[in-house]
Amino acid sequence: MGKYILRRLAGIIPLLFGISLLSFAVINLAPGKPVALENSLNPRVSARALERLEKLYELDKPVYERYWHWLKRTAALDFGRSFSDNRPVIEKIAERLPVTIIINLLSLFLIFAAAIPLGVRCALRPDGMLDKVMTAAMFFLFAIPTFWLALLLMNFFGINLRWLPVSGITSLNYEYLSPVEKVIDLLRHLLLPVTVSSLGGIAAMARYMRSSMIEALAQPYIRMARAKGLTERSVLYKHAFRNAVMPLVTIMGLSLPGLVGGSVIFESVFAIPGAGRLFYEAVMMRDYPLIMAEVVIVSILTMTANLLADVSYAWIDPRLRDKR
Amino acid sequence: MALAALAAPLLSPYQPAQIDAGSILCAPSSAHFLGTDSLGRDVLSRLIYGARISLSVGIIAVGISTLLGVVFGSLSGFYGGSVDAFIMRCVDVMLCFPAFFLILAAVAFLDSSIFNIMIIIGLTSWMGPARLVRAEIMALKEREFVEAARASGAGNLRIIVRHILPNACGPLLVNATLAVAGAILLESGLSFLGLGVQPPVPSWGNMLTEAKATLGVAWWITVFPGGAIFLAIIGFNFIAEGIRKELG
Repeated sequence: MGKYILRRLAGIIPLLFGISLLSFAVINLAPGKPVALENSLNPRVSARALERLEKLYELDKPVYERYWHWLKRTAALDFGRSFSDNRPVIEKIAERLPVTIIINLLSLFLIFAAAIPLGVRCALRPDGMLDKVMTAAMFFLFAIPTFWLALLLMNFFGINLRWLPVSGITSLNYEYLSPVEKVIDLLRHLLLPVTVSSLGGIAAMARYMRSSMIEALAQPYIRMARAKGLTERSVLYKHAFRNAVMPLVTIMGLSLPGLVGGSVIFESVFAIPGAGRLFYEAVMMRDYPLIMAEVVIVSILTMTANLLADVSYAWIDPRLRDKR
Repeated sequence: MALAALAAPLLSPYQPAQIDAGSILCAPSSAHFLGTDSLGRDVLSRLIYGARISLSVGIIAVGISTLLGVVFGSLSGFYGGSVDAFIMRCVDVMLCFPAFFLILAAVAFLDSSIFNIMIIIGLTSWMGPARLVRAEIMALKEREFVEAARASGAGNLRIIVRHILPNACGPLLVNATLAVAGAILLESGLSFLGLGVQPPVPSWGNMLTEAKATLGVAWWITVFPGGAIFLAIIGFNFIAEGIRKELG
């Protein structure tokens, strides 16, 4: 196990290198000097900001030297100061990141909690009522622009019915609430964003779970288990389910970038003060140090989560550790 | 839908940018089939013109990504070894980036013109087709017909293009059709955030943004563009499903 983890850790070095190259490439994306181009195109960037940009990225130096300096600073988590309010970028991100991480974790939890039972039920009776409904729902959810769905739901529950708050994560009177009320208030605010951001994932995961479970049920060891006279319950949950659920961990890891990317949209729609919204604001303001820092941090976090998924997979399934 | 997009000038009852101060926020009626928006512009006309933008962004972006995918996938699959290892590492890197962040960052540094958006979406989504082509080529390159082509003196390029790729066409087409749907969604998401197609050019995404302000009073401005995206995606999914069935 330790060996496996070490090997995986070694595997992330080229990945990190790639991430850094790609992020750095984005800075240098604009043809010619990025600074000169922005100057002509974008009145939002003041002359002073340009000067700072020029200094921050040392645009007068050759590319390899700039890359090396940028890499050193990035490794020390020094992303410079924000153009908009001159605070260190890392500080701004640090105060916004927890909200985003919590929402994404809640979504992940909801996806697993809903998709696994749904998928198993569908697999037990393929082409049954539930299976048909799920297939239709899957098509529906795959095709619907989620931000639009978010808007409609927000309008319906928040404005027409007035059941749920439509923006932010706390009410105005949050400070004066008792601890229990605080939790309820938070949950009420998070209910819609978390639900909407999980819907697509639930549909997709339930499909994977379904096919994985059907495949597992067709294996010889299931017939063997049945022949031994085990109860149906034990056959399903001890033998089929355990094998079927494992690939889901990997698939979940692969779908993480999409979930995280979605944060930008959801946090903007629901006005949630998270890292996604911060990124959106940074893009709108052309706050370059903030943009770059977010890209680097978010991709490293996503990569780490992916790694965790793989390691936990290997931890559950010993067969995997010994393979390549 | 594609036909409607091509024939936009003929079909649209009004000019998409025409502002009619007299009929602001009209509900759907016989004069304006799908109503008008907050500047008195006809929603149906804007939808039809928007279809042009949204569909062309989707199709061209996927064209770019498929082309890149084919090139990288072929190289990777055919030559194997260190070329393969390098390209697959690149794919891994691209896959662990939340593409949406990357796209937004690129838009911030460049400019959000329709052209740039097509290229950016194309550049960030070639990994799927690349993996697909690679797998296909690895499966095919040892087969007899490739040996035969080599024996008759065909070069590597010719073998890849003439003998192997045609066999990979089917799955690639299915993948591309699905990807168009994805790209349309992506474009609408970008435009929705105000970072995609810029108003006054109508795209389905930015029509939704404009609708946000009047959500409570004018449901039609929100429902119809959203419905158009929904139908387009469903359409592409069904086409993909159809091709897959056709291929057996």
